[in-house]
Amino acid sequence: MFAYLAKRVIQAIAVMFVISLIAFAIQGNLGDPLRELVGQSVSEEVRQQLRDELGLNDSFVTQYLRFAGNALQGDLGTSYFFKEPALDVILKKLPATLELVFGATLIIIGFSVPLGVYTAIKPDTIISRIIMGLSIVGISIPVFLTAILMIFVFSVEYGWLPSYGRGDTVHVWGYWETNFATADGWTHIILPSFALASIMLPLFVRLIRAEMMEVLQSEYVKYAKAKGIKPWRIYFVHALKNTLLPVITVGGVQIGTMVAYTILTETVFQWPGMGFMFLEAVNRVDTPLIVAYLIVVGFIFVVTNTVVDLIYGLVNPTVNIARMGA
Amino acid sequence: MSLLSVRDLTVKFAMRDQTVTALNGISFDLAKGERLGIVGESGAGKSITGFSLMNLLSRPGYIDSGKIEFEGEDVVKMSDKRLRDLRGNRMAMIFQDPMVTLNPVLTIGQQMIETLMAHRKLSREEARQIAIVKLREVYIPSPEERLEQYPHELSGGMRQRIIIAIALLLDPQLIIADEPTTALDVTIQADIMELLLELCQSNQVGLILITHDLGVVSQMTERTLVMYAGRIIEQGRTREIINDPQHPYTQGLINALPQQTVPGQRLKQIPGNMPGLASIPTGCAFHPRCKYATDLCRSQIPEVVQYGDLKVACHEVQRLQADEDRQEVRA
Amino acid sequence: MSETVIPNDRPSRWSRMWNSNMGYSFRRNPVAVVSMIVFLMIAFAAFLAPVIAPYDPYDPANIDIMNSEYPPIWVDGALPEFMLGTDDQGRDLWSTILYGTRLSLLIGICAVALQAFLGISIGLIAGYVGGRLDSLLMRLADIQLSFSTLMVAIIFLAVTQAMFGSDTFNRYAVVFLIAVIGVAEWPQYARTVRATVLAEKKKEYVDSARVLGFGPLRIMVRHILPNSLSPIFVISTVQVANAIISEASLSFLGLGMPPSQPSLGSLISSGFDYIFSGSWWITAIPGVVLVVLVLVINLLGDWMRDVLNPKLYKG
Repeated sequence: MFAYLAKRVIQAIAVMFVISLIAFAIQGNLGDPLRELVGQSVSEEVRQQLRDELGLNDSFVTQYLRFAGNALQGDLGTSYFFKEPALDVILKKLPATLELVFGATLIIIGFSVPLGVYTAIKPDTIISRIIMGLSIVGISIPVFLTAILMIFVFSVEYGWLPSYGRGDTVHVWGYWETNFATADGWTHIILPSFALASIMLPLFVRLIRAEMMEVLQSEYVKYAKAKGIKPWRIYFVHALKNTLLPVITVGGVQIGTMVAYTILTETVFQWPGMGFMFLEAVNRVDTPLIVAYLIVVGFIFVVTNTVVDLIYGLVNPTVNIARMGA
Repeated sequence: MSLLSVRDLTVKFAMRDQTVTALNGISFDLAKGERLGIVGESGAGKSITGFSLMNLLSRPGYIDSGKIEFEGEDVVKMSDKRLRDLRGNRMAMIFQDPMVTLNPVLTIGQQMIETLMAHRKLSREEARQIAIVKLREVYIPSPEERLEQYPHELSGGMRQRIIIAIALLLDPQLIIADEPTTALDVTIQADIMELLLELCQSNQVGLILITHDLGVVSQMTERTLVMYAGRIIEQGRTREIINDPQHPYTQGLINALPQQTVPGQRLKQIPGNMPGLASIPTGCAFHPRCKYATDLCRSQIPEVVQYGDLKVACHEVQRLQADEDRQEVRA
Repeated sequence: MSETVIPNDRPSRWSRMWNSNMGYSFRRNPVAVVSMIVFLMIAFAAFLAPVIAPYDPYDPANIDIMNSEYPPIWVDGALPEFMLGTDDQGRDLWSTILYGTRLSLLIGICAVALQAFLGISIGLIAGYVGGRLDSLLMRLADIQLSFSTLMVAIIFLAVTQAMFGSDTFNRYAVVFLIAVIGVAEWPQYARTVRATVLAEKKKEYVDSARVLGFGPLRIMVRHILPNSLSPIFVISTVQVANAIISEASLSFLGLGMPPSQPSLGSLISSGFDYIFSGSWWITAIPGVVLVVLVLVINLLGDWMRDVLNPKLYKG
């Protein structure tokens, strides 16, 4: 167990190292920190002196080590635009994005498991055919288009739900602002969550259905029937558990993908999260913020993937974690 | 009254382009506590027969016609609920490959206890105690610990013992064992067979043993069916079939046994292969591989005739027997 | 007059394909047939855009801002010369969509070709060489897959755009898009091809080819690759659909094709600002074209997966 954990953590650290190198390279090549600091009307001599003071003339290794050291202490530079530490800016936007991902995840889990299981158990019914037909239409519509369509129908045409922003949020534990505490917050998060879930949901329905159908063909399911076990127990105890194991692995990767899709949903719904902020930072060439976003998002990816791997090892009895470390 | 009586059982498979007949007019009986062997090459329909008896064929296979009377009730006509009541309770099955039979994500205990609780009103603890007793009967060491383990933590031989224990859990009238040792190491095959025989004898359980190994059949069973291309071509007492087979196919099978061969000599194989279900020859399905085949064999399906203690489906059986007698007289 | 009929021993490639198992199942499957027809129509119209389109949307001389936001002809207030109306800059929407579809398809297909090339080469090498190189490459594939393509593409394009400035970026946008979508998805192919190589390597014919003295390259290309063709086929269809969606998403974010040379994604994006003022067609019509295009490709992919039934690598 320990060896497996250590191996996963070492790999995670290696990936973070590569990400930090990329971030560092971006920082060194994108924009000019001097111009942000003092403007252009400064003599070459003063510039040179400033470069020395800022350590811009140090060797690559020294500069990287300083960058990495600062990053480890939570210092990812100061945003040119907000004039605030870049990490603080991002952490302030993080709750909005995470709540959106959370809402979408709930929708995906809540719908994909029953729909996937149903279409696997009863593949020939009309309802199953409709679900499968809709699912392929679903994966063919880009997230941003779904979002636009939803705004058009539910906000512009019917005016049922608001089309942009987070609405009334409430402070809980320090800086965390939540949408789930007020009715207005709820109405604001519904459309973006569904839009974000819209491309993953059909993907998961299809995945669960395919895995489940394969499991239902297996010898152990046939054997369970031969033992006289009731159908619901065969479906939900014997088959579903085996179905969900591979789904967990894919799901972990998809959580990362969802962070990418938040950029699209947040842009359409003007949702004040990290993704929306990132695009603004790109337009303003706010290098420290871009770099900080890269590192935070990279960190989220690495952590979720490592955690998902560990969970998979824990829930799957056939994966012997102790032996996998070897 | 016999425990099991199968009459004219016909099973078909609806394939994409055509429907093929996998079993064609199978009839046999099994007395209470009797042990019956079903032999034949792969593809003869042995396993399909086994699954049909439990009405457990999965698509595209289906029972087209015939009767399977088990304790006086027709399995073919049973409701789903009656079938569930039958399966695992009065009639149990042992699958071929223990490595894939048990569910990998459930413990041995869960898989044993659920079977008991599906058929009897028991508390979890009572069920656990029965499971432990049955595991002891199949010589599983420290059964309490095994109940907590997952299948992948156990060897193939151990798993097959557990599957035998599951088959015995509810004291069934009949166990269907579908090649229970083919997937196992040669060294433990005999052990498992011995265990199965011992338990069937001591518990008065009927056994249908599906195998391609005539040697195993001769040790385990009282009566034998020989199948070829979806039909029974010979049936009778095992001793007779082994010692004095009448059908040329059975004779071929016996001659192909290693025991029948002088060391250093080649095994006497039957030439050719079993036909596929979609291309069963006309007349007697065995005729292309039979050295005695006549025009009659090629055109007409042989009736089952009683010959001595055996029931044989062969046109030539009388002539062959006459030839043999003549040779014996001359010798 | 009777013409001499030349006996044709070998039926043409086309008729062989038509009569094959695949051709048979194609003819029997109305969804596949309709999808194929729609796809061919879209592809045909897109690649003949310069011939079909009444206006050249890239030519500023053709564009008059006074013509902006005319609705399609079935809506009141339309101009008859603009069949599908005009966009916010006064371009004929029909012509712009034709050119945009051409760009979307081109980027999608080229990106997938790049993915396939990289993935197949890496997969063949990893599977054939094996050992440490194999585990290293597959580890890299795992890591690459764990980062979403869209995320990688967004960051890469955002940084490139900030670094080179919009003008340079816009000029080479097509190349950047193809490169980033093409590089990010190679593991899909690499894993599948590697799995096939490992399976085929055990078989006798590969050994005999080696004994006969054929080099590894020849063995891989002539013997192993043909066996991985059906999974490659199936993956490619789905990947083209995904690549088109990715391109549209990137362009929608302003990280892809510029408004002066719009793909379907950038058209939808430029129309989005006008959706609240009632000019729904600038977004809706390119949106429908995009969805239909991706949908028919996905449907064809589904059909192919059913027919070829390849063993796809599962993560």
